[in-house]
Amino acid sequence: MPEIVRMETMLTLGPVFFHWSPDRLLDFYRRIADEAPVERVHIGEVVCGKRMPFSDPAWPAAIERLERGGKQVVLSTLAAPATVRERKSLEDICGDERLVEINDVSGLPSRSGKAFVTGPFINVYNEASAKFLIQFGAQTICPPVELSFAAVGAMSVKCPEAEFEIFAFGRLPLALSGRCYHARIHGLHKDSCQFTCERDPDGLAVDTLDDQQFLAVNGVQTLSNQVQAFCPAPDALASKGIRRLRLSPQTCDMVEVARIYRRLADGREEPEDARFALSCLDLPGTLVDGYAHARPGWQATAVP
Amino acid sequence: MTTTRMELVCPAGTPATLRAAVQAGANAVYCGFRDETNARNFPGLNFSRDELAEGVRFAHDHGSKVLVAINTFARVDDVDIWKKAADAAAESGADAIIAADFAVLGHVAKNHKQIRLHLSVQAAAATPEAIGFYAAQFGVRRVVLPRVLSLQEIAALNRAIDVETEAFVFGGLCVMIEGRCYLSSYATGKSPNLNGVCSPPQMVSYDEEPGGTTARLSGFTIDRYERGQPVGYPTLCKGKFKAGGRTSHLFEDPVSLNAGGMIAGLKAAGVTALKIEGRQRGKGYVSEVVRAFRKAVDAVEKGGEPVDIGRLLAGQSEGARQTAGAYEKKWR
Repeated sequence: MPEIVRMETMLTLGPVFFHWSPDRLLDFYRRIADEAPVERVHIGEVVCGKRMPFSDPAWPAAIERLERGGKQVVLSTLAAPATVRERKSLEDICGDERLVEINDVSGLPSRSGKAFVTGPFINVYNEASAKFLIQFGAQTICPPVELSFAAVGAMSVKCPEAEFEIFAFGRLPLALSGRCYHARIHGLHKDSCQFTCERDPDGLAVDTLDDQQFLAVNGVQTLSNQVQAFCPAPDALASKGIRRLRLSPQTCDMVEVARIYRRLADGREEPEDARFALSCLDLPGTLVDGYAHARPGWQATAVP
Repeated sequence: MTTTRMELVCPAGTPATLRAAVQAGANAVYCGFRDETNARNFPGLNFSRDELAEGVRFAHDHGSKVLVAINTFARVDDVDIWKKAADAAAESGADAIIAADFAVLGHVAKNHKQIRLHLSVQAAAATPEAIGFYAAQFGVRRVVLPRVLSLQEIAALNRAIDVETEAFVFGGLCVMIEGRCYLSSYATGKSPNLNGVCSPPQMVSYDEEPGGTTARLSGFTIDRYERGQPVGYPTLCKGKFKAGGRTSHLFEDPVSLNAGGMIAGLKAAGVTALKIEGRQRGKGYVSEVVRAFRKAVDAVEKGGEPVDIGRLLAGQSEGARQTAGAYEKKWR
């Protein structure tokens, strides 16, 4: 009997969206380096350039530790660079020999010709756009979170020259603004924000007037309150040639999250068991997976 | 300082509004086809191919231009629908296509070199690097600026780029960066990028409750109004929410944009064109707003006294509050 050859599904730890202290970041990445069964780890500030002076000192040590732990490190970049300093920083990072994640078209001119990842903030909705980016060096494409599994799968089938990555776990990045909501809630402006976002390491919950859990804010970013937990069967991924699942850091035990997804991807755990295991963790919201099924993102099509 | 006159770009949701906008003094009107290829995909709005051709003839006869918005993101396996829309726009004799998707931009740049390409606000290009990339790759001639930039930033940007800029001056105000907001699909399954709609009407309910009228979107409470209070449309980012122990219009108050007082500032910042939002609006509204802005722009161009746009548009404010939005830095 010929053996069915199935390419291994790889796990990626996405960038931390929240304003964690340098100590917290270092502790986090030390443990990821030593214990988390992920192949690739994104580091770097994506949401707010004002945080960079705080987190920048943590990166060299985090990178060294992760690389010594055998992880491929990807340098993630700002999703909405604006100031001269932010644009310069983006250009500098794009010159790095490591893989870089582009989260705004601003990064394309200085990264063209070198391999890069496009993050979920780059609008890749169809195979023609994917191919356009691939010719400049896009190697891994993590499409916007609102795309269904079927849509990402269709792109993947038509663009075998790139790896497609699905945003599988974590609060969903839903919007960016020029306005800082943490500052606004605290009666401040963005330019004198006092970094109140650091008080909410998973984002600040936003409920409706009827106390429905709905969204979360993280500085200029709005996320879902609920936690994406897309748990595809390995065969479903293989049938579309989807190689990677992205796990987005929250304060829960991300090593355990990675272990659960590793077991799922290896076929050692059924999707419903993986979801149950995830639901037992200390998560900031309930589990959802609506987007993957072409439904509203907040819906949970699989129970629990 | 620019020496050319600023262009007034006005919305046309229907052939009747197109004519009204042209007659009220629009230098250009923008419109879309009656399908998911444009970001105002509402029932009863937009143009058939024949209506567009006729609209182009009417506008050109009156010295106005027509810009066709094909500014949603093409669906995988259906990219041809977007390409055909671009082909039809080019064949209609329209003056420009407004697009955001690499697939659409690439198709127009390759196959319709005679038509101008404008980069839609949905592409959210806000830096010299991003705008330069779109200009180099697709020959984009104008960029519609995201509604999150201050006047100072627009001035700095214009000094650093070679393409024209177009800035929103009136109408609906997105507080999120356009083209990168998935709030609507999170709640409803439909979004600007996927479907050309935001907070779609078929998902809205107004429920009469003891505390008043509750406006919901897809079952999520967006705002509540006491009896006798005017009831607003539950656009997600203008809703009232609880966060950090406070109840507030967290993202933005239910306000609309009015930068009528900033026309001279936008001109000084090097902006080429001023855009009025509202393809979903009727022709009475469009006529009045365009006429008011025509007067205001002409006054600025003549270097005379600024016109009080608020007074001119007293009939259209509907009691709703207005803001100059991100053009003033403190908005952030």
